[in-house]
Amino acid sequence: MRLELEKRAERSTAMALLSPVIAITLTLVTGAVLFAALGQNPAVALYMFFVDPLTASWSLQELVVKATPLILIGVGLAVCFLSNTWNIGAEGQFTAGALAGSMLPILLPGFESFLTLPLMLVMGIAGGMLWGGIPAILKVRFGTNEILTSLMLVYISQLLLDWLVRGPWRDPEGFNFPESRVFSEAATLPALADGRMHVGAIFAVIAVIALAVVLMKTLKGFEIRVLGQAPRAGRFAGFSRNKMILFAFLLSGGLAGLAGISEVSGSVNQLTPVISPGYGFTAIIVAFLGRLNPIGIFFSGFLLALSYLGGEAAQVTLGISDKTTRVFQGLLLFYVLACDTLILYRIRFARPGVTAKGA
Amino acid sequence: MGAFESILLTVITAATPLLLAAIGELVVERSGVLNLGVEGMMIVGAVMGFAGAQATGSPYLGAVFALLSGMGMALLFGFLTLHLVANQVATGLALTLLGLGLSGMIGEAFVGQPGIRLTGIDIPVLSDLPLVGRLLFGQDVLVYLSLILVAGVSYVLFRTRAGLIIRAVGDNHASAHALGVSVIKVRYLAVLFGGACAGLAGGYLSLVYTPQWVEGMTAGRGWIALALVVFATWRPVRVLAGAYLFGAVGILQFHAQAHGVGIPSQFLSALPYIATIAVLVIISRNRILTRVNTPACLGRPFVPDR
Repeated sequence: MRLELEKRAERSTAMALLSPVIAITLTLVTGAVLFAALGQNPAVALYMFFVDPLTASWSLQELVVKATPLILIGVGLAVCFLSNTWNIGAEGQFTAGALAGSMLPILLPGFESFLTLPLMLVMGIAGGMLWGGIPAILKVRFGTNEILTSLMLVYISQLLLDWLVRGPWRDPEGFNFPESRVFSEAATLPALADGRMHVGAIFAVIAVIALAVVLMKTLKGFEIRVLGQAPRAGRFAGFSRNKMILFAFLLSGGLAGLAGISEVSGSVNQLTPVISPGYGFTAIIVAFLGRLNPIGIFFSGFLLALSYLGGEAAQVTLGISDKTTRVFQGLLLFYVLACDTLILYRIRFARPGVTAKGA
Repeated sequence: MGAFESILLTVITAATPLLLAAIGELVVERSGVLNLGVEGMMIVGAVMGFAGAQATGSPYLGAVFALLSGMGMALLFGFLTLHLVANQVATGLALTLLGLGLSGMIGEAFVGQPGIRLTGIDIPVLSDLPLVGRLLFGQDVLVYLSLILVAGVSYVLFRTRAGLIIRAVGDNHASAHALGVSVIKVRYLAVLFGGACAGLAGGYLSLVYTPQWVEGMTAGRGWIALALVVFATWRPVRVLAGAYLFGAVGILQFHAQAHGVGIPSQFLSALPYIATIAVLVIISRNRILTRVNTPACLGRPFVPDR
């Protein structure tokens, strides 16, 4: 038996919708096998992982809190990946945004006005754009590989955060814990309803709608797609590849920065040595699972947020390591990429020596 | 043992994992495949190397476990990118994310456990020579293996028919296919070789560099290895030079921290990452150099037409 690919005459629309569903199903099946191997009842474990967190109001709120950064970063990354620009350093831009935005409440704690929050958000976005702008400028100016530079900047931003919270930004009244001072009321993103959900969720919804409109209804959206799929055609149309690289990095960096400051100001309320459970990397999976479509990313953001909560729930109730979350996330991306092949190709199995006819 | 000698010894241990991973990836990229999952294969190699040594009591068998697990990860990557023509960049990222998750899960039981060190060899008389004895004749087997690999890869790539085929597949897969070369098969073998090297590199970390398991212990070394291949403009001997240069940078910050230089440790820890960006910029400024040397089909999927 040999596996052969046969190119479809055109993209399969049915498969474009089905492939994420197949991928999720395969991930769940693999998960069941994995849990069985760990000596758990697969049905109970899967229930704990993917259903139980949806049954309580507090955990539903937590789901929104976790989905917020994933969606904000994911829609930005979609623009990058659609235009064939590879920003994989969103985790660093998230951290840079959090740092830049936190400067105000940490260095000027007395500055409490209605301007505090808007300024923090703007600074957060600017911080993310700055961090995302570095690989973009290096790419445009020198042709430096943006994948590697954006990733190296993740490590650098995390070390910078670590230094700040252990050194100059450590809370003077914090008993030497590596934490910054707690943000004042004026520097805290207001909660939505009564609980953990904060205004950041609204930013995510706005970003989804705005980018959906840009991608589907405007010339810019067309430009992003053309430069991604047919760079030569894009050049003939007068689109600039270099401007697109800058645009994609600044946009995704800015959104990641906004996610960073929203998370810190709305959820953690201070800086600590670790402020993200890998949102910037998980958002890559969110973007692909959502088929690089803002609406799709909205839903996949919730699914990946659920995997974080499920991991915590399974650890508490069943004693399963919360590391399984990351295994699930990695598996999911694998299956998504494998299933996407079905959109452009038909798969057939051929016996060795026999060639498929009429392909 | 003099201070200089001990620094040189630590540079070798820091450089070897980078060298192993980078020389493997070099062959992969020469065949036209970009596997960004080096970090993921490495970390799985690290945890499996540790586990293998614990289970069998032999660090050498641990290294074999590391090598095989790296190949297993590479096989996954190969199936997706070569058989299913999935996007290589995205699949490589998936491999890294999966590897980090898997290793964390497998390694949870090993956190805090003492490891088994793969020690250096000891040749009577030679190892006891003054100055150069320990340096040249007292290293562990993997150090020698990494150097042999550089020579071997260099020889095979540029002096044998097999090497010609690998480079042909990497530079023009359509022509290679037309000449009757099985592009997919060559690429599979290259990807598996890369996985074996990355796995072994990870094993080196948990068996020699710091014989224990720490989550995320590769700390970006897989990515630095990828940068080294670009830095070396796909030449094995330059990979050797780059790996030792980066090994030295890593050790420099380590010694600076130990001697309490008045710079915060985080800044010193960031040195290898900053250096990586710096060398990438320097090398890519010379566009002709990179364009001439980059395998022309790097990252481009191949679907044979029938």
